[in-house]
Amino acid sequence: MTTAAAEPAAPPDPLQQHFDDTIARDHRVEPRDWMPEGYRRTLVRQIAQHAHSEIIGMQPEGDWITRAPSLRRKAILFAKVQDEAGHGLYLYSAAETLGADRADLTRRLIEGRQKYSSIFNYPADTFADVGVIGWFVDGAAICNQVPLCRSSYGPYARAMVRVCKEESFHQRQGYELLLTMMRGTEGQRAMVQNAVDRWWWPSLMMFGPPDGDSPNSAQSTAWKIKRHSNDELRQRFVDMTVPQAERLGVTLPDPELRWNEERGSHDFGTPDWTELQRVISGDGPRNAERVSRRRAAHEEGTWVREAAAAHAAKQAERREEAATSRSVACPR
Amino acid sequence: MSDDDNAYLGLAEAHEGDEAHWAFGTGFEDPLHGTDTALPPGVDGQALAARCLALGDDALVLAQRLAQWCTRAPELEEELALANIGLDLLGQTRLLYTRAGQADGSGRSEDDFAYLRDADAFRNVRLAELPNGDFAHCVARLLVLSTWRLAVFEGPTTAADPVLAAVAAKGIKELAYHRLYAAEWTVRLGDGTEESHRRMQQALDAVAPYLDELYAAEDVRGQVEAVLRQVADSAGLVLPGTAGLPGSGRDGEHTEHLAPLLAELQSVARANPGATW
Repeated sequence: MTTAAAEPAAPPDPLQQHFDDTIARDHRVEPRDWMPEGYRRTLVRQIAQHAHSEIIGMQPEGDWITRAPSLRRKAILFAKVQDEAGHGLYLYSAAETLGADRADLTRRLIEGRQKYSSIFNYPADTFADVGVIGWFVDGAAICNQVPLCRSSYGPYARAMVRVCKEESFHQRQGYELLLTMMRGTEGQRAMVQNAVDRWWWPSLMMFGPPDGDSPNSAQSTAWKIKRHSNDELRQRFVDMTVPQAERLGVTLPDPELRWNEERGSHDFGTPDWTELQRVISGDGPRNAERVSRRRAAHEEGTWVREAAAAHAAKQAERREEAATSRSVACPR
Repeated sequence: MSDDDNAYLGLAEAHEGDEAHWAFGTGFEDPLHGTDTALPPGVDGQALAARCLALGDDALVLAQRLAQWCTRAPELEEELALANIGLDLLGQTRLLYTRAGQADGSGRSEDDFAYLRDADAFRNVRLAELPNGDFAHCVARLLVLSTWRLAVFEGPTTAADPVLAAVAAKGIKELAYHRLYAAEWTVRLGDGTEESHRRMQQALDAVAPYLDELYAAEDVRGQVEAVLRQVADSAGLVLPGTAGLPGSGRDGEHTEHLAPLLAELQSVARANPGATW
């Protein structure tokens, strides 16, 4: 240890070398592979946040299942919210392949030590919000997540393939609800426009702070966990959404939004980044409510989980006893 | 990111009048595919409609209670399972309501039945409408109602009408799973800890007074009691022989809990007359 400085540079660590080659060749890192501790930590943090977002994201829309105005819409919404629980479940499983533990991650969420997407701290005020959340929020999620299907960590990338298929389905359902509402009464059209006005800017914030302000991005990009910058994805989202808004007949609430011939893209206004900071740091319109609902469900379920564990332990014990008495009864 | 985004880019296209066109497959099976929906000769349309409506009301009201569990389940696996069961019941409701509207000649839609009737017109059994209580109550109610409904769907009384028979044939597979799910949890909770045993027993005690109403509505006492006894025995629990409460939801007699449940269910639909969803 003390003589290290005097010796020539150590040969590259073969494990690190193998990892670097895997990344460079665009191959996948799998759970059994060696990986740098920072890579593992970054992934656990990102996947856990993603899983938490799915679970917390059930709340704003889930509250409309009991009030959905037709049985068809009720079934669609119920199935969508169930899908989100499923996404959460397999994302937690992906995190567990990295040595994390679902119960521990849940504890971090309800103690406010891990974050989830800021968007779910906004309220869903009317049934039109269900459609707009599908269109904007699932749409933004698709923009964010489609590139993650090529993320360097295998289990995460594969989970994303399935998640993206389902998100895409949800987005279509949301947009279809809005098309139907826009063909309905004057009141319904106003309801849709109002929801668009409320969700547009928070949706743009879903891509995270501007590139100059995104501290973890560079390393994640080098590790090929992340494939595009926040601003690239945001631009992409705007460009895709504008024609859809026209088709729908709603106005996006941004006076600076216009086509820029030179760039071949839309120019748009700047989201209120101080609002994003406020919401991320816990002071959004519904932060306290979202986390406390999750905490209450978890705490009220404690006795159920304990019972299941106790029953499983008793069953194992009984099987063992039965096996022992069998081997006593028929000695070899 | 080019090809991957096609699903998103195509969002505004290929929609007009083509609701089945989603980004990734449709694959929904029509449970009535190939079933003749004409009323068979000799079947009393009004009686068939009343039966479909009652079985539909049971399913809708229980699905609504299960929807209230959403985001409140004790574990994610339970979140998925309860939603799954609720969705199955909702699917049964829609087919049964549609059949009711055909059979009574009124042409009323599934949504007319769900959203435009008040509590006194609903014919669900009262057990379905009781408030959720804790997870043990959820399990006890589900065990009883899925066992009862499965016995009805497996019985001879759904055979007279081909549509009801098709709904029952589909429902049997679903209800067998619902019953299995509830039975497994009854055993886990009955056997698990002192607290879970106490709660599970309390939940069985709470549903017991509503059993006679089920048997009066559908004569399947023998099959249901055999299953309940077997599950209770495996769980180390006692199936109480409590006397049944008088009255029946089948006659429009309900607890005070149904009206608020329906008020919530119908709130958006009724607040927007003339709207299309």
